[in-house]
Amino acid sequence: MSWIDIGHIDDIPLHGARVVKTPVGCVALFRTGEDEVLAADDRCPHKGGPLSEGIVHGQSVTCPLHNWVFDLNTGEAQGGDEGRIGTYPVRVDGGRLLIDGDAIGKRSAA
Amino acid sequence: MKQKLVIIGAGMASGRVIEHLLDADPDAYDITLFNAEPRGNYNRIMLSPVLSGEKTYEEIVTHSDEWYAQQGVTCRFGEHVVNIDRETKVIEGENGHVPYDKLIIATGSAPFIIPVPGHDLPNVISYRDLDDTNAMIGAAGKGGKAVVVGGGLLGLEAAAGLAERGMDVTVLHLMGHLMERQLDEAAGYLLRKDLETRGITVKTQASTKAILGGDRAEAVLLESGETLGADLVVMAVGIRPETRLATDAHLDVARGIEVNAQMQTSDPDIYAVGECVEFDGHLFGLVAPLYDQAKVLADSLLDEPSAFVVKELATKLKVTGCDLFSAGDFAEGEGREDIVFRDPSRGIYKRLVIEDGRLLGAVMYGDTADGSWFFGLIKDGTEIEEMRETLIFGPAFQGGASADPLSAVAALPPEAEICGCNGVCKGQITSAIEGGATDPGAIRTMTKAAASCGTCTGLVEQLLQVTLGDDFQLPQAQPVCGCTDLSHEDVRRLIKSRELKSQAAVWQELGWSTRNGCHICRPAVNYYLLADWPLEYRDDPQSRFVNERKHANIQKDGTFSVVPRMWGGITSPDELRAIADAADKYGVPTVKVTGGQRIDLLGVKGEDLPGIWADLNGAGLVSGHAYSKGLRTVKTCVGTDHCRFGTQDSTGLGIKLEKHLWGSWTPHKLKLAVSGCPRNCAEATCKDIGVVCVDSGYEIHVGGAAGMEIKGTELLCKVATEGEAMEVISAMTQIYRENAKYLDRIYKWLAKVGLDWVREQIVDDLENRQALAARFELSQSVYRKDPWAEHAQDSTTRAQYAPLANLTLEAAE
Repeated sequence: MSWIDIGHIDDIPLHGARVVKTPVGCVALFRTGEDEVLAADDRCPHKGGPLSEGIVHGQSVTCPLHNWVFDLNTGEAQGGDEGRIGTYPVRVDGGRLLIDGDAIGKRSAA
Repeated sequence: MKQKLVIIGAGMASGRVIEHLLDADPDAYDITLFNAEPRGNYNRIMLSPVLSGEKTYEEIVTHSDEWYAQQGVTCRFGEHVVNIDRETKVIEGENGHVPYDKLIIATGSAPFIIPVPGHDLPNVISYRDLDDTNAMIGAAGKGGKAVVVGGGLLGLEAAAGLAERGMDVTVLHLMGHLMERQLDEAAGYLLRKDLETRGITVKTQASTKAILGGDRAEAVLLESGETLGADLVVMAVGIRPETRLATDAHLDVARGIEVNAQMQTSDPDIYAVGECVEFDGHLFGLVAPLYDQAKVLADSLLDEPSAFVVKELATKLKVTGCDLFSAGDFAEGEGREDIVFRDPSRGIYKRLVIEDGRLLGAVMYGDTADGSWFFGLIKDGTEIEEMRETLIFGPAFQGGASADPLSAVAALPPEAEICGCNGVCKGQITSAIEGGATDPGAIRTMTKAAASCGTCTGLVEQLLQVTLGDDFQLPQAQPVCGCTDLSHEDVRRLIKSRELKSQAAVWQELGWSTRNGCHICRPAVNYYLLADWPLEYRDDPQSRFVNERKHANIQKDGTFSVVPRMWGGITSPDELRAIADAADKYGVPTVKVTGGQRIDLLGVKGEDLPGIWADLNGAGLVSGHAYSKGLRTVKTCVGTDHCRFGTQDSTGLGIKLEKHLWGSWTPHKLKLAVSGCPRNCAEATCKDIGVVCVDSGYEIHVGGAAGMEIKGTELLCKVATEGEAMEVISAMTQIYRENAKYLDRIYKWLAKVGLDWVREQIVDDLENRQALAARFELSQSVYRKDPWAEHAQDSTTRAQYAPLANLTLEAAE
């Protein structure tokens, strides 16, 4: 893995999300109520809704267009819906957000 | 031939006697019922919920005039009995004599008034009957200060009710802690703390010396020399048996009218029942023994053998949100041992008093769920040595059983009291179930359990579940979402009554099953907190749908639409130029006039939002809230300014309304319109609130919709002036904000509460209308501001509209 520093955890609001533009498309970084950070595709497989604009609850997010709910650990759609979003390794180190460059198609700049 | 039975007093005890009598033998007696109050029997212990506004008088009536008429009981309500002539066996009422074969005295008790100077001033009242309750409700309507003398059950229920109705309340209590007869010091402390968080001031060891004032009480003087201002003084220091008639008739009277175990007085043809009675040295203030007495008395009248025995009693306080239970004897003493459990952070305290391996008393505060089980152990004198280690954790932990609440209910003995208000035990309920009752409603009808204060409803449901197994489905009010079993209505009520002021408090106190809710409950709870505590709760943008978080409507391709406000539909060339410039600068593909007479800029990229807002702000334009569950637009016609039919300045009123209401968050979107004449060019009669101007004033309409359902409005009222129209509309908006379920438009909410109720609240009750309008204004002092400017100017917030990082550029190199 090659970790790339993309910002500070406080750049993302609690229970909120921010987008990172990557070679594989927009990836959303979600910050949970417990200060965990999870990364997944920003695009809902249903009708392309921007997941970073959804409500983050527990370790899930609800798409703002048609309320599909995704588990941010597995990427699986919850309940009766079927579909999956890609998830990406991300870690927080001393408040810095590090994303796996290999997984998002980019080598580490470091 | 039927015997003549006369009953003096139509209270809870005599009501029960009549029921038992008619059930057993309807033809035995001709009954005449006297009552000094000009009404029949109501559930007196439910006066507290009436005072606090949780129930109405109609809801606590147990035997209406019609009921007595149907049963053939002759009622003489509002008539005092002057004398009992035992020689000739005649009752002398104010309006004539009635002969009797058997007589029942059920005169109850009278409030005790401390005879300090000033106790007879007109605004010094007791707390005993419906008239007292109504007097307190009337006094509370004027606001001001109330002093409640007496920190026992009645005094505290009065204090909580008056505080709920907005009075500034002080409770004076002679002893060192509240409810000292039912609670120990620690529980008294928790109760005091609970009351103080409701804004009630508690003074213990406070002895009243005099009530000061001229024509009315104005202050209370304490022995310590302290004076407390008072617009109302409530004396709730105690009650004593009403024995005047019995004493005059030379019956044996001690503290109460003395009776034997058949409820017979010293005259074999005269019986007594209820709070006026003394039996074996005991007086009776709680309802369960009264009902036992009623049964015995009915049996005695029918010559059935029956005897009254005194049982242990348990007490609960009927103040919403104060969970308190006390039973048996908890005084300290030689050879008595305590088991105490404290959880200060949850406000829970339990104390058990044990003597000789048996439970003697229990005091519980904060968590009283196991109260009836402990009460059963006390009553039955059960040996508890074997379960001593886990006793305080309640029935669920006994005998190795799991912590299943149902096993606790299953373990209750048949005599365990389930409904304290109506004295119903488990056995009565299980036999009702065996007799065919399959739901709580049927249980209520057959046994009266859960028919009064309702705190035992859960127990009744569990009993149904235990007895019927899979045949019983717990009835469910539609819960908010999968995170809770509570309905929207429950959540709203509990947020108010338990003063929950943060989302974390709601998750914790109301037992949410998820860490922090979900996309369904979070916006609702966020709204409820914000509506109830406008000054204390801070709005949480992350609990809002994206439209509200980003102050723009998300479109299907992920772009946004931006709608600037045009007050009352009026704009200017400068504003139009600024809108056109912004559309050019940010490449807006579509410019559209909305249904609410505003201009919509469609297709703005998310990251451009702060920029376009800053530009529009620069021209004096602010957010039109076209995205919000709040005031959207006030649509208008031109009115008297230009129209030959216009009757009033409809545009001007529209602008005023929009400037008054903008920014206010509501359960769902709120759309208004003002039409200048009944031709209704602004289409006011299909809006949430619509005004139709007529020559004589303003018709205010409510409950229209032109969305998923199309509904015309209903007329709420007609007012003469613009000022009144503004006030009614503010009050209407506020009553909807305070009561409706999240995502119910006004018309949906009205279908639940009824237009008549709303009319009573804001048309008939002027004070309430003003209070609602004032609360609306208070909340607007926080929320009447432009969210666009806040986001455009705050660099941290503004940054959040842009990507966190862009990792594509390097890859392209």
